[in-house]
Amino acid sequence: MPNYRIHKTEYIDETKRVSFKYDGKTYFGYEGDTLASALLANGIHLVGRSFKYHRPRGIVSCGAEEPNAICQIGSKKDLTEPNVRATELELYEGLEASSQNCWPNVKFDIGGINNFISPLIPAGFYYKTFMWPKSFWKKVYEPLIRLSAGLGKSPTEPDPDIYDHKYVHYDVLVIGGGVSGIIAAKMAAKNNFKTLLVDDKKILGGSTIYQNNESVKIDDKLSSEWLKNEIQEIKKLSNLTIKTRTSIAAYHGYNFLLAKENLTDHLPEEKKKNKIRQRLWKIRAKKVVIATGSIERPLVFNNNDRPGILLSNSINKYLDYYGVTCGENIILFTNNDSAYETSISLHKKGIKNIIVDLRKSASSELIKQAESLGIKIYFNHVVTNTFGYKKINSLEIMKLSEDGNTTIGDKIKLSCDCLGMSGGWTPMVHMHSQSGGKLDFRDEDQVFLPKENSEDQISVGSCNGDFDLENIIDKTVNKINKFLDIDNQDYQDTNIICSKENDKRNIWLLPNKIPLGKTKCFIDFQNDSTAKDIKLALKEGFRSIEHVKRYTTTGMATDQGKLSNMHALGVIADTAGVKMGTLGTTTFRPPFTPLTFGTLVGRNVGKFFEVVRKTSMHEWHVENNAEFENVGQWKRPWYYAKNGENMHDAVQRESKAARDSAGILDASTLGKIDIQGTDASEFLNRVYTNAWSKLAIGKCRYGLMLNEDGMVYDDGVTTRISENHYLMTTTTGGAANVLSKLEDYLQTEWPELDVYLTSVTDHYSTASICGPNSKKILKKLFPNLDLSDENFPHMSFKEDKLENINCRIMRISFTGELSYEINIESKYGNSLWKMCIEAGKEFNLTPYGTETMHLLRAEKGFIIVGQDTDGTMTPSDLQMDWIVSKKKYDFIGKRSLYRSDTIREDRKQLVGLLTDDPKEILEEGAQIVSDIKSKPIDMLGHVTSSYFSPNLNKSIALAVVRSGKTMKGQKLIIPMENKNINVTVSDTIFLDKENKRLNA
Amino acid sequence: MFLINCPFCGERDQSEFSSGGEAHIVRPKQPTELSDDEWAEYLFMRKNIKGIQFERWNHVHGCRKWFNVVRDTSNDKILSVYKMGEKPPVNYK
Ligand SMILES: [Zn+2]
Repeated sequence: MPNYRIHKTEYIDETKRVSFKYDGKTYFGYEGDTLASALLANGIHLVGRSFKYHRPRGIVSCGAEEPNAICQIGSKKDLTEPNVRATELELYEGLEASSQNCWPNVKFDIGGINNFISPLIPAGFYYKTFMWPKSFWKKVYEPLIRLSAGLGKSPTEPDPDIYDHKYVHYDVLVIGGGVSGIIAAKMAAKNNFKTLLVDDKKILGGSTIYQNNESVKIDDKLSSEWLKNEIQEIKKLSNLTIKTRTSIAAYHGYNFLLAKENLTDHLPEEKKKNKIRQRLWKIRAKKVVIATGSIERPLVFNNNDRPGILLSNSINKYLDYYGVTCGENIILFTNNDSAYETSISLHKKGIKNIIVDLRKSASSELIKQAESLGIKIYFNHVVTNTFGYKKINSLEIMKLSEDGNTTIGDKIKLSCDCLGMSGGWTPMVHMHSQSGGKLDFRDEDQVFLPKENSEDQISVGSCNGDFDLENIIDKTVNKINKFLDIDNQDYQDTNIICSKENDKRNIWLLPNKIPLGKTKCFIDFQNDSTAKDIKLALKEGFRSIEHVKRYTTTGMATDQGKLSNMHALGVIADTAGVKMGTLGTTTFRPPFTPLTFGTLVGRNVGKFFEVVRKTSMHEWHVENNAEFENVGQWKRPWYYAKNGENMHDAVQRESKAARDSAGILDASTLGKIDIQGTDASEFLNRVYTNAWSKLAIGKCRYGLMLNEDGMVYDDGVTTRISENHYLMTTTTGGAANVLSKLEDYLQTEWPELDVYLTSVTDHYSTASICGPNSKKILKKLFPNLDLSDENFPHMSFKEDKLENINCRIMRISFTGELSYEINIESKYGNSLWKMCIEAGKEFNLTPYGTETMHLLRAEKGFIIVGQDTDGTMTPSDLQMDWIVSKKKYDFIGKRSLYRSDTIREDRKQLVGLLTDDPKEILEEGAQIVSDIKSKPIDMLGHVTSSYFSPNLNKSIALAVVRSGKTMKGQKLIIPMENKNINVTVSDTIFLDKENKRLNA
Repeated sequence: MFLINCPFCGERDQSEFSSGGEAHIVRPKQPTELSDDEWAEYLFMRKNIKGIQFERWNHVHGCRKWFNVVRDTSNDKILSVYKMGEKPPVNYK
């Protein structure tokens, strides 16, 4: 096996050999490697196939910007992870990775045929080609694209890993642990700012940490040596927290940032166990220093995407940090000085290399150094083509014309096994932009730079466009002193010597003799879009960068265009003949690098997904086979399956028992609001549609609450407990919103009212007993209470004690039966319930759930707000005009009840429906029509509630129907998938219209 | 995620609050006297300003108090916070 590890570095521990599998084959690397550096050490460049043309692709970079080396990690159904960048994944014993985006395998790829038919795959190809016929999409196109494009596989089973969230507060957050970030963190921490420094790598130091060129010295030391001392020093600072392997995912307003800390991704499987995998830090920082550095740019020329073509600086890092050379015969193609550092470093390690430089000449220290070492430099030359299918083996260069627009002279063919590209540097302004910062364009080196630093955020170092070390350090120190309003002198006497770049020449799309249409000049490697695609988009009339981006998909892959956005902009600007700075950029959106769902969700999975509210009686319900229904966060018994009953049978039995003898419902979840104050009656007058002033103490009244737009909002019974004390009940789901709304009116519109609201929903548990035998059961529970209709009539309230515990008893009914609601402090709820069950035994007291409750109330035509109403129903629409006071001058929503729209007679109105076949049960939500033949069919309304009533032995339904009030007796049709159901409009009250049962 | 300085509790995370829309829309004292158009003006019409906006917020997961906020919607900066019933600060008119 070839070995490209050619020298030792302090970052690779050669005593710790690590075995891993890549595409099923076992290889070895060392602790300290990334998957990418280990693959390169084994001579592997080819790591995938491109998205559209299935061209062989190799590792391009050494960081988050990597477009090609995207892997699937592991193969377990619950743990496998797609889209992991090999350049960021630290190697561990037992790692299993496979290349993505190649089917059937990386070396023989069936989709590679796209490469030869590529003239047929222009920009917007997917939009243009896979459009028609529509039926082909699901069955032909999509599976085909998915199979051969292979975007990685999602795990198919729940993620067993543990994720964590943590909130932290700091005075200063420094993003990025390169030289400027380290200086900023040190200055802040030493001046009493509680500081957090985060860096996405395993160790601090950025690219300076492996810098070893003699031309760059600080205080007479190599810059890397100097920086190591600095790092040692900051580690001693007590109010500085350093988080490595931590990347900022999002920078929101008010300096609220999300960071992802990787805790176990670099560990072998047995060491990952029972540990938190990733932690999401929710950071509030008073001030933020952005020191995120810059990313090297590729160059855009024909066939610039072959395996073996990398960014020049990445070749340098693989060499000086990982000890790995990317080739043995390397060509560096550049338009700036930084490739010279790579060249010199390669040369010193005995790796043959030559430089092709776009510039006509250059004269910095670095260039002199390279020249003196005898490194061959082709100034004023351009790479025009490359060769080699699975890896580059040679290339052609040509001389550039004076203006740089064409090539001149003869082709020179050069052999190589690796090509480094350096198109200059792009400051990472993502964080600045995400936080809302604007950008400026600097023409000189064609970079976007952060503009208008606010007082709580600043960019320093190369993300701010300062590229040489002297500039970086001096400016960082000055800016931080000003930003934090301090006078730190630590770097006053720091002596920095570095090579200064004097010459620049930028050409976004490099010239070529071959017509553009016959070239493959890639701009976005991951999404396979070329300069030709962008030009085509412009030709087809696209102008906005956002549109060109979407049409060509440039910059829309998982790397979010870190390497491609600038070139796309450049080509657009050049083609359209406008200045690049005027084009603007596409929007930088979080996350900076992809996040796992697990990290976002944290611990809120499974039973912690949402708060669960249980009543005091919950345990009893569980023990008695209740099936539960979620009502908001509440768990409510839905029905109690007895002896293996299904839901229908249980509900029929429960409903029958409640009307024939007695039923009991856990009504604890109903919202309860305690209302006190001298203006409590007036307050109720204003919030309900009916009148409250005359309600006697000890009496209850049903109330309907509207929105200001006149639509029904909530309902419930309110009891007058004493002169200035009421207890309001609300729907279970509406409780919180009702309280909120009442507080709103009280605090903002009627602050003069002396009223206090307290939510007491959780304070009381409620057992509701109904049925003809309910009075007898109550008698057993409260033997001293006079339950006679004279003393304790319907809609009244009494207090009594149950074994010394105070109970509030309301005689109110939501079923139409004689009915009592017993309220007790929640801690006694379960005892109360058990005592009721015990007392009711001889009367076949039957526990019933929400489904039976819904059925029983539907028999009586009582509405459920939110089921029979949907925010567009007025009281009149519900045929409840009786509850709207004509005398009251005002209440919430009153004025809206006679707006032109609310008095329309053809509004949808609540009606009853009876099916012609009494056994036929309608589907809730089913549409209602009168004429099945008209086209389009005129929709009149829909079914809101539907049940089979065991007490009436027929199907009943409530529905909202256009002009329904006037339609009683009319035949309507409910068209279903396989049949039309004939129904007749009826009254909404199906049972006991005379309310005789209330006093049974 | 804003930090909102509740006039009763102090600075808290936005997640504790709910927004109540435009501030200083007074419910008409005599709704019955209003035409449909006038009532609709109160009921439906809201400004949606890019720039300085007066809005209501409720510290719903805190003290439950409503209060007013002056916010620049172009950069989300909260410029001032004041209690219900208080006059809006004049410098932002
Ligand atoms: Zn508060």
